[in-house]
Amino acid sequence: MFGLNKKDGLLFLVVIAITLLAPFLLNPFPENSGMAQFNAGYPDLLQRFAIYGIFAIGFNILFGLTGYLSFGHAAFLGVGSYAAVWMFKLFTYNVVPAIAFAMIVAAIFSVLIGYISLRRSGIYFAILTLAFAQMSFALAYSVLSNPKFNLTNGETGLQVYSNDPQMFHRDGLPNLPHIFGLSVRASYELELGGWSFTFNVGYYLCALIMLIAFYFAIRLFRSPFGMMLRAIKSNNTRMTYTGLNAKPYALAAFVISGMYAGLAGGLLAAMDPLAGAERMFWTASGEVVLMTILGGAGTLIGPVLGAGLIKYMENIVSKINDNVLHQWFAFLPDGMEDFMVTIIHPFVGKGWNLTLGMIFVLVVIFLPGGLVEGGQRIARLFTGKKARAAEKSSQSTPAE
Amino acid sequence: MDVILLQILNGLDKGSAYALIALGLTLIFGTLGVVNFAHGALFMIGAFCAVTLQKLLSLSHTVIDETQTDFLGNPLKIEKPYIMDWFGPEIGGGIIEWAVPLSILFTIPVMVAVGFAMERGLIKHFYNRPHADQILVTFGLAIVLQEIIKYFFGANPIPTPAPEALSGSIDLGVMIGFEVNEIVYPLWRMVYFAFAAVIIGAVFAFLQFTTFGMVVRAGMADRETVGLLGINIDRRFTIMFGIAAAVAGLAGVMYTPINPPNYHMGMDFLVLSFVVVVVGGMGSLPGAVLAGFLLGILESFASTTWATTTIPGINQVIIYLVAIVVLLTRPRGLMGRKGVMEE
Amino acid sequence: MSKSNFTRRGVLKTSAIAGAGVALPTIFTASSAAAYTNEPTGSTVTLGFNVPQTGPYADEGNDELLAQQLAVEHLNGKGDGGCLNTFTSKALKGNGILGKKVEFVTGDTQTKSDAARASAKSMIEKDGAIMINGGSSSGVAVAVQGLCQEAGIVFMAGLTHSNDTTGKDRKANGFRHFFNAYMSAAALAPVLAKEFGTDRKTYHLTADYTWGWTQEESIKAATEAMGWETVNAVKTPLAATDFSSYIAPVLNSGADVLVLNHYGGNMINSLTNAVQFGLLDKQVNGKDFQIVVPLYSELMAAGAGENIKGVLGSMNYNWQLDNAGSKAFVKSFGEKYGKPPSNSAQTCYAQVLLYADACERAGTFNPCGVGDALEGFEFDGLGNGPTLYRADDHQCFKDVLVVRGAQNPTNQYDTLEIVEKTPVEQVTYPPDHPMFGGKDASLGECNPGA
Repeated sequence: MFGLNKKDGLLFLVVIAITLLAPFLLNPFPENSGMAQFNAGYPDLLQRFAIYGIFAIGFNILFGLTGYLSFGHAAFLGVGSYAAVWMFKLFTYNVVPAIAFAMIVAAIFSVLIGYISLRRSGIYFAILTLAFAQMSFALAYSVLSNPKFNLTNGETGLQVYSNDPQMFHRDGLPNLPHIFGLSVRASYELELGGWSFTFNVGYYLCALIMLIAFYFAIRLFRSPFGMMLRAIKSNNTRMTYTGLNAKPYALAAFVISGMYAGLAGGLLAAMDPLAGAERMFWTASGEVVLMTILGGAGTLIGPVLGAGLIKYMENIVSKINDNVLHQWFAFLPDGMEDFMVTIIHPFVGKGWNLTLGMIFVLVVIFLPGGLVEGGQRIARLFTGKKARAAEKSSQSTPAE
Repeated sequence: MDVILLQILNGLDKGSAYALIALGLTLIFGTLGVVNFAHGALFMIGAFCAVTLQKLLSLSHTVIDETQTDFLGNPLKIEKPYIMDWFGPEIGGGIIEWAVPLSILFTIPVMVAVGFAMERGLIKHFYNRPHADQILVTFGLAIVLQEIIKYFFGANPIPTPAPEALSGSIDLGVMIGFEVNEIVYPLWRMVYFAFAAVIIGAVFAFLQFTTFGMVVRAGMADRETVGLLGINIDRRFTIMFGIAAAVAGLAGVMYTPINPPNYHMGMDFLVLSFVVVVVGGMGSLPGAVLAGFLLGILESFASTTWATTTIPGINQVIIYLVAIVVLLTRPRGLMGRKGVMEE
Repeated sequence: MSKSNFTRRGVLKTSAIAGAGVALPTIFTASSAAAYTNEPTGSTVTLGFNVPQTGPYADEGNDELLAQQLAVEHLNGKGDGGCLNTFTSKALKGNGILGKKVEFVTGDTQTKSDAARASAKSMIEKDGAIMINGGSSSGVAVAVQGLCQEAGIVFMAGLTHSNDTTGKDRKANGFRHFFNAYMSAAALAPVLAKEFGTDRKTYHLTADYTWGWTQEESIKAATEAMGWETVNAVKTPLAATDFSSYIAPVLNSGADVLVLNHYGGNMINSLTNAVQFGLLDKQVNGKDFQIVVPLYSELMAAGAGENIKGVLGSMNYNWQLDNAGSKAFVKSFGEKYGKPPSNSAQTCYAQVLLYADACERAGTFNPCGVGDALEGFEFDGLGNGPTLYRADDHQCFKDVLVVRGAQNPTNQYDTLEIVEKTPVEQVTYPPDHPMFGGKDASLGECNPGA
């Protein structure tokens, strides 16, 4: 199946199914029920799930396979976004050239940064990548946005203005990013009883690209090249002694990973034509590290799950305010209602960071392999001892 | 000339904070082998010890003043600190004013306790886990700690001034033959530098001249052998974690009059202090101190008008630029040992 | 679990054939049956309040949120009605907007343009918000304003002080009640001349990003016009926390006034550092050294503590203002929350009321109708005195306050005292002013979405 072995093929099919049905699956609650607050099936968030999924898959190719911890990966995402918006500004709103250009620019950047940073390993490598990313952020935020040479538009973010050249823009085309005339914001809405589902062009574009990226990652994981990358992680010294130069392999992984980030950045810009410098700040780089470890580094599906969880927290939990809490608990007697609201209040709305921090701590303590390990443990509950033994032997490399 | 002297002073002052935080980080890393992303949070908690003491000292009861009105037109409620009732406005006010220096005494036990709790409760379980896990768990802890502080103290900075006698500035230039106003420097910043020097000296002396320190140093060099000799090295390392936490906390307490503390000050320093540690060389205590002061001074010079007009934006990137140059020319930082954190 | 009517779709359902799939091609999820994006068809209308809830401006965001909730209460006829009683337009009756009960959703901007757009989109796409209000930085305001323009939603800006918001980045769907950097400068200049004389030398420290630059440009232009000389203007990194290396050279530069073009945490630290270096105790060129902070806020004053004593700056609004609208608002806010409102709270409150009123007068929620109603609208009774929403750039014109850090505050709320109310004529500028994008700047067409 697709040149994959049975297990990978099954995983890929499951991912395809989930991705295509996401607008249904993530809107499990009827529109006007109290639980509708937890629905995540609206276009913007679905797009983010897919885009940050791509970003994390790419990061995992570097970190999960080679063990090189890059702390500046957001720089490539930011560079990709800027590249894409410049394509919109200069040439056309069509997303295809913009995304391609984003990947090319990110590749060039990652060759440069990777070539220098990979001269060191371990934490020294991490700090080098961090330093490059922080420099890119500082340059983008202020130095490169001065009125004389405005490459990034600084604080406000780079956007498309009506007086931009847009050489290939014609009248009949949407005045927004589009795929050969079909606006990424076009949506179909389906009303089914109390439910309402939105099918958005932009999301399906992101989803398709994510599936391709995911497929490519599976092939890469299972290829001799992937083997070589794992060798770098498990014993770099021995690899050098066998006469192999590990560096070109590591650099290739770094560049592929950088291109994934550039692709994600390009897609972000394609969904919403604005590129802000804060996409390159170190916390954004830290976020993708967290996504990957949270989901399960070195596993195929883990990073995508981690990305989904963090984006869900950021977009859904942050919107639960006291007003919503009071509505949820309105059925309780007054005293109880206030009590419940007081208990939950610190963890939702503006306290969503606290919940996120606690999840990190708990996951790392109890699930060293991330969410994927959690899934495997649950699966083990349902299968017998025999399955457990089989699972152990085929288990993918745990987080490191 | 005066500009150079001024920026050296600034650099030493900035460097003191960097060096103190980096020293604590290196102590933890060198002894326990743990990459502690919550170290910035310890610095922040130290600062909030000062805030807490200030608030405790100025605990008040309200007196209603009928002659004045508040913003709603009701009689004005005046807050009267208990401490002023007990000791009279003079001494009571004086005690509140000296809250920051006083909180040094209060901070040391608190921070040592926080350090013990962190090490025994959480970090202990991560000695044999990959560095990535350590980073994630301590980063998560840092977020939790700062969100808790935010919940109780809000997001806005809280002014914690130095006592009157130690605030204000001194015209140092006049003393060494410069014109008036050429070299003026705040008194508290000089206090901070002196304080940092004492703490750094004390930590080094402790490690160098006490038996405890000797064992710890031996353990840093070869943990297993020390363990084979029948010495309970773990217990000593736990104590070192407490000391490192106290160093970070003290750095935080003394920093509060320089800039009003807020809940995210730890994160602001975190990345920088890691750069300092790495530039100094992972696991090297002198390296951390040296790199702290070096980066502080370079940062100060990079922010002079001369520097920013020569290379626009240099003040924004200098720290990272130095880090890149140092790491490419000296593979393990300024004073790092081979094989540490390179896997 | 109680029923939540947050979503437009919940009410749309009545018009859809239940159970059967109705697929309609739409842009930004507005069904083509609707005349404009998120047209409310049920008995409620949803407003989106997008404020920073995490990050350094969380407290400011919280204050905005309190004011917005208060506004919703007043619109729905609860509470004491606040400024509805003093507002010169009597279109609002306390029965919601156009008879529909007002509900709201909240989002967290994190003071990042990306995150702010994400939360605004979520409110528009998921919750069916018809208007977005709030925010505490210009970068966020410009970014969200652009989004609302594309989506066909009205954006009522919160705290945003950069000239660009209603200058080169002005949008037909965006409206700003808050004042801007040019107005700050124009209001401050005459007071500075009066207080410090016309022969002064200034030293600028400027946050190195768009807002800082427009602020510096405006202040420089205004002070130089009255005879002051600019000795030096230094850019400081936004991420800087310690300003000692920027402050240290000031005293010996020959300047006798320091202008801090900083906001929020930057301003608190740079002012604290400047006072530490003893600048305010010194004499330079035979004059007392002075510090000016062009944009003040109550939270910054609280954070800087004692250091603000005697330091001049400007504000959009202060609760000590003595007019009927201000009194009504302060009473309403103070009785509910136990503290006086900040100027960002006031601007958000006024914006929500202004939006609601415009809907009432236009008889529709259609952004184009609302825009027409707001353009050129003259009103009073919301706290700032007589105000004009200018049609050309959607900027409010009203008196600007010059304030000073109080020497002897009696409580934690009167740390700032009003020095002067600079009349609106002095801060008015032509819509094609070069600092506001010149002749190229245009609002574009109003976009109702759909």
